[in-house]
Amino acid sequence: MTSPKNRTELLLLVFAALGGVVLLFIIAPLASMFLNCSLSELADTAKDAQVKSSILLTLWTSMAATAIFAIAAIPFAYLLARKDFLLKGLVTAIIDLPIVIPHSAAGIALLGVLSQSTVLGKVAGKIGFSFIGSSAGIMAAMAFVSIPYLLNSARDGFLAVPQRLEKTALSLGASPWRVFLTVSVPLAAKPIASGLILMWARGMSEFGAVLIIAYHPMIAPVLIYERFSAFGLKYARPVAVLFIAVCLVFFIILRLLAMGKVFPNAKSRIGSSKEHAHR
Amino acid sequence: MLIVRRISKSLGTLAIKDASFEVQQGQYFVLLGPSGAGKSVLLETIVGLIRPDAGKVLLNGKDITYKKIQKRKIGMVFQNSTLFPHMTIYDNIAYPLRCKKLSQFQIRERVAELAKDFAITNLLDHRPQTLSGGESQRASLARAVASEPRCLLLDEPISSLDVKSRPQIRSLLRKINARGQTIVHVTHDYTEAVSLGTHIAVMENGRIAQTGTAKQIFCHPKSEFIARFIGIRNFFKGWLKETEGKQEYERRFTNGSMAFSVLTDRPAGPGYIMVRSEDVIIGNTASRTSARNNFEGTIVDITSAGVGIEVVVDIGTKVAALITNESVKKLGLRCGKKVWVSFKASAIKYVEQ
Repeated sequence: MTSPKNRTELLLLVFAALGGVVLLFIIAPLASMFLNCSLSELADTAKDAQVKSSILLTLWTSMAATAIFAIAAIPFAYLLARKDFLLKGLVTAIIDLPIVIPHSAAGIALLGVLSQSTVLGKVAGKIGFSFIGSSAGIMAAMAFVSIPYLLNSARDGFLAVPQRLEKTALSLGASPWRVFLTVSVPLAAKPIASGLILMWARGMSEFGAVLIIAYHPMIAPVLIYERFSAFGLKYARPVAVLFIAVCLVFFIILRLLAMGKVFPNAKSRIGSSKEHAHR
Repeated sequence: MLIVRRISKSLGTLAIKDASFEVQQGQYFVLLGPSGAGKSVLLETIVGLIRPDAGKVLLNGKDITYKKIQKRKIGMVFQNSTLFPHMTIYDNIAYPLRCKKLSQFQIRERVAELAKDFAITNLLDHRPQTLSGGESQRASLARAVASEPRCLLLDEPISSLDVKSRPQIRSLLRKINARGQTIVHVTHDYTEAVSLGTHIAVMENGRIAQTGTAKQIFCHPKSEFIARFIGIRNFFKGWLKETEGKQEYERRFTNGSMAFSVLTDRPAGPGYIMVRSEDVIIGNTASRTSARNNFEGTIVDITSAGVGIEVVVDIGTKVAALITNESVKKLGLRCGKKVWVSFKASAIKYVEQ
C-alpha cells in the first residue's frame, strides 16, 4: 500500500512529466528552426532590404494599432467593469468574437466595410488614403483580431481596483475624470500594460486577416509565407528566425517593464503575491 | 449643521427605518450600536455612497440627499485604510489639495503643516503598505482634514487598532474637534462613545433608539435594549485624582462629595466611571472584604429587571445593584432599609474625557 504522501508525490511526478511533453512541443519546432539556420544565412537575411522593411512595418503598425485602439478600449473596459447595462452579456460575447472567428474570415468581413466601394472606404478616399493595400488596412486587420485581449485584461484589472478607493477620491473633492486618471488607471496599470502587450503581440503575429486586406505593403508574416511558397523552406526559415528573434527581444523587454519595474506599487494579480509578502 | 431626516433604506437583511438626528456645528456626534444596527449604512448615505429609499440629508440648510459625492464636502475615514496604495503618504495628503488647484508651494506648506500636526512627518515618503494601523489612520485623518470637509464622518476609526495606539488616535480626534470640525463617529464601543462624544445616538435594528448626552443615555436609558446593550447603570462624571503614598494604580475619583477608589493606569483629569450593576454587592452590615468601595445607604427602589432584581440604593448618589430574588428574600430587602453597598476598585471602568 502507498501512503498518501507517496501518492501525492507520484501525482506531481506524472503532472511534471506531462508538462515536460507540452513544453517540448512548443520548444522543439522553434529550437530546430533556430538550429537549422546558419549565422551566415541570418546575416545575409538581415541585410535584405525587403526583410528589414517588412519587420519594421510589422513592428510599427502593430504598435500604432494598439496605441490608437487603446484610447477607446481602456475607457470601454472601465465601463464594462463598473456598470451594469442592458445586454451586457451580449456585449461581452461580441468582444470575444474576433478570438473565435477564423482570421481569414475576419479579413473578408473587414474587407466588406473597408473596401473603396463602402462608406468608410469612400470617406478614407476623400481624405486621401485607402485601407486596402496600405498600412491603415494592416492596422485595422491587426486591431480587429487583437483587441479582445486588451479589453478583457483591462476590464479584469479595473474589477480588481477597490471601488472604495474611487469613492474616497470622490469624497476628497476629485472629479470623476480625475479619479479615473489618478486612481483607477494607475491601480489597474499592470493588467492594462499586460493587455497592451498581449494585443500588440497578437497583432504583430497576425497573418490571415492582414493577407486579405493588404498583401502589400508586406508585413513579416506575409513575407515569410511568400518566400515559402515561392522559394521553399530554406528561404523562408531565416526570415522567420529573424522575425521571431526581434519579437522576442521586444516581448521580453516590455514584459519585464510591465512586471514591476515601471509600476512597482500598482496592485494586480501579477504582483499581488509579492505585495502580500511585503506586508 | 447636518440634519438627517427620516432616512429609510433596505439592503438585504439590513434596513434603516425612519432614522433622524441633528448634528450641530462643531459637535462630536457618536452613533453607537451593535454591529448590524445599520450605523455604517447611515454614514454611507450621508457621504453619498448609498442612495436612501426615502428621507433627506441636509447640510447647512441645503438638501444634499442626491448630490454627487464630490460636491458634498463631506469627508470620510473608514475602519480599514483607504489610502491610495500607489501614492506616497505625501501624495495622499496632497490629493485633495491638488483637486482644489492650489499652487505647488501652498500644497507643500499645507502638507507639512498637517504632517506635523498628525505626527507623520517622518512617514511622508513612505507607501501606505508599510505603515502600521495607527500610522495609516493618522495619515487617513490628515488627508480627510486636508479636504476641509464641512462634516467629517468616521466609521469605526479606532476599532481595528491595537490597544496602544487607541488613546493616541482618540486625543487626535478630540484635537480636530476642538478646532471646530464637526464630526460624526460610528462605533460599537460605548467607552469610545463616552470618551469622545458630546452627543450620542444609540442605534438599534436600523432605528435611532435614543439621542442625548452621555449622561442622559447611561443614566436614563429609554429602553431595555439600550440598558442591556450598554450594560452600565452606574455612571458618574467627575475627576480622577493623582494620589500619593498609595498603591501606584489605585486612584481616587471624585464626583461632588463622593469619592471612589479606581484601579487605572490613566493620568489624572476629567472623565467618567462606570460600574456594572452585576458587580455591586449589597449586605446588611459592613463586611471585611477585598472591595475598596464600601458605602452605607438607603434602598430607594426594588424592581424586576427581567433576569434578577434591580435594587437602587441612595449612598449620596444612586447606585443600582443586580441581585437574585433569593438574595432579596434572605437579606429581607425593602424600600427604606439601610444597607451597605460595596464594589471592587477593579470593577470600576474609568474612561477619560
